[in-house]
Amino acid sequence: MHALWKILAKKSGRDSVSAGEIVTADIDLAEVNDLYLQVIKSFYEMGKEGKKVWDPDKVTFIFDHYSPTPTIKAADNHKKMREFCNEQNIDKLFDINKGVCHQVMPEAGIVYPGMLLVATDSHTTTHGAFGAFGTGVGATDLSTILLEGKLWFKVPEVIKINIIGKLKPGIMAKDVILKILGELGQDAAVYKAVEFTGPVVENLQMSERMVLCNMAVEMGAKTSYIKPDSTTREYIDQRVNHDYTVYETDSDFEYDEVYEFDVSDLERVTAAPHDIDNVINVRDAGDVKVDQVFIGTCTGGRVNDIKTAAKILKGKKIANGVRLIVIPASDEVMREAMKKGYIDTLMESGATISAPGCGPCLGAHQGVITAGEVCVSTSSRNFLGRMGSTEAEVYSASPATAAYSALYGKVVGGEE
Amino acid sequence: MIKGKTFKFGDNIDTDQIYPGRYLELTDHQEIAEHAMEGVDPDFADEVETGDIVVAGSNFGCGSSREHAVICLKKSGVGAVIAKSFARIFYRNAVNMALPVIEVKDVDFKADEKLEIDMNNAEIKRENGSIIKFTPFPENILEIYEAGGVIPYYKARHS
Repeated sequence: MHALWKILAKKSGRDSVSAGEIVTADIDLAEVNDLYLQVIKSFYEMGKEGKKVWDPDKVTFIFDHYSPTPTIKAADNHKKMREFCNEQNIDKLFDINKGVCHQVMPEAGIVYPGMLLVATDSHTTTHGAFGAFGTGVGATDLSTILLEGKLWFKVPEVIKINIIGKLKPGIMAKDVILKILGELGQDAAVYKAVEFTGPVVENLQMSERMVLCNMAVEMGAKTSYIKPDSTTREYIDQRVNHDYTVYETDSDFEYDEVYEFDVSDLERVTAAPHDIDNVINVRDAGDVKVDQVFIGTCTGGRVNDIKTAAKILKGKKIANGVRLIVIPASDEVMREAMKKGYIDTLMESGATISAPGCGPCLGAHQGVITAGEVCVSTSSRNFLGRMGSTEAEVYSASPATAAYSALYGKVVGGEE
Repeated sequence: MIKGKTFKFGDNIDTDQIYPGRYLELTDHQEIAEHAMEGVDPDFADEVETGDIVVAGSNFGCGSSREHAVICLKKSGVGAVIAKSFARIFYRNAVNMALPVIEVKDVDFKADEKLEIDMNNAEIKRENGSIIKFTPFPENILEIYEAGGVIPYYKARHS
């Protein structure tokens, strides 16, 4: 069996599982973000009045998509969620002062290898970087977990993506995963799991591994996986106060498909509008004038991302007429970036810093774009209308490409 | 029996096209329905009639986990979605809301074609009289459909 299957087998009380089987598994952690008041509505609609969640210690609420609240409606949603946590004795409420759920949960030490983590967010595949089985569901699905602590799963086939070679300096995990998406397409892993292996992956720091696993969902993956190693343990052991099991994939496990990517020649790439698999080399983007650059989110708002941008922009000014919005992924990231001077460097270059959270990634607030505007963004999606107007364009790229694009006011990936 | 005319869309119709992110804070289902398919077809919500059927290519509903993407279709009257494949979170959400989601890989339906879907016999009758069989749902999914969605299904278990 694959390590991911072993997790599902363990959680569903079976000796083994196989692809396509439907199992009902115990959930270790259920996370609700602030998009989905529907979770609470469905919970009370299904359960009796006064119904309690199955285990308040295994539930967390994180306010990130609408944080701090941009509208009265969003404020009302937050208020009702706070009341729910209070009524239900849910201690793990990460309010508006924390950040993006996929950064906040690992930082808080509640993500560990071998766990089954379900959240109301498609990018929950991120936690495969820690050897967890992480997957996203909709609001009412999550409500059924709050009622019974269980969820049904179809055991996924597993695709292996082996990444070999040696990355050129300045090429980031975002470039790697975009390259893979461009080659395989955005429906390459629908219903399936994706495991990343190989020397390039082994050499990546945790924040970069999280980017690979995060964007596995952009090819349709149910979950993602990187085998925990010394890098993982170093991160986990500093933060996690929970027993955990690292499951090993059997040597005779048959992958559904195996792909190999040699990334030695990879250069900076971007997903041009409006599909995440519409990937081109940045130098082939043509002369595209940029109105806004956004550095942040669960794929580009960590310390290493902000550091990368600060190094590029140190002592320089962003181009006239360009807005550079930088949103650290969490309070911890922001404080670290402040201590190291990166925030000051970026502000000196002309950046606008906003409070930790998802920012304009989903077009809610803090930098929504209008018709005719172009944004280079480190976020994971460039869908039509994603960041605001359906007549705007989003180029998804690495923090380095984003920084250069802010510097020159056009889509570029290096010194001009 | 589900009877209606088709609205045809392409591959990789993502959740921002089905339900733009700027309306995510809405929680009233009728208000949500007003924005169905707005990102790709702003006239859809006005034109769709009860029972109408969305037909699409591969990976329908890719992107975010937003349940709004199903709620908007269901509440605007869509009777079923037929696609070559579905993104998994959208698929689960649809089952939960008892919106039939049917995988048909090898048929290119036309726009504005009248279809009849027989869930019990797992078949689709086309305007030209031909019948297309689809794979019946697994038992656990069928139970949820038969209960009218996951809310009545769990309500019965917890009453």
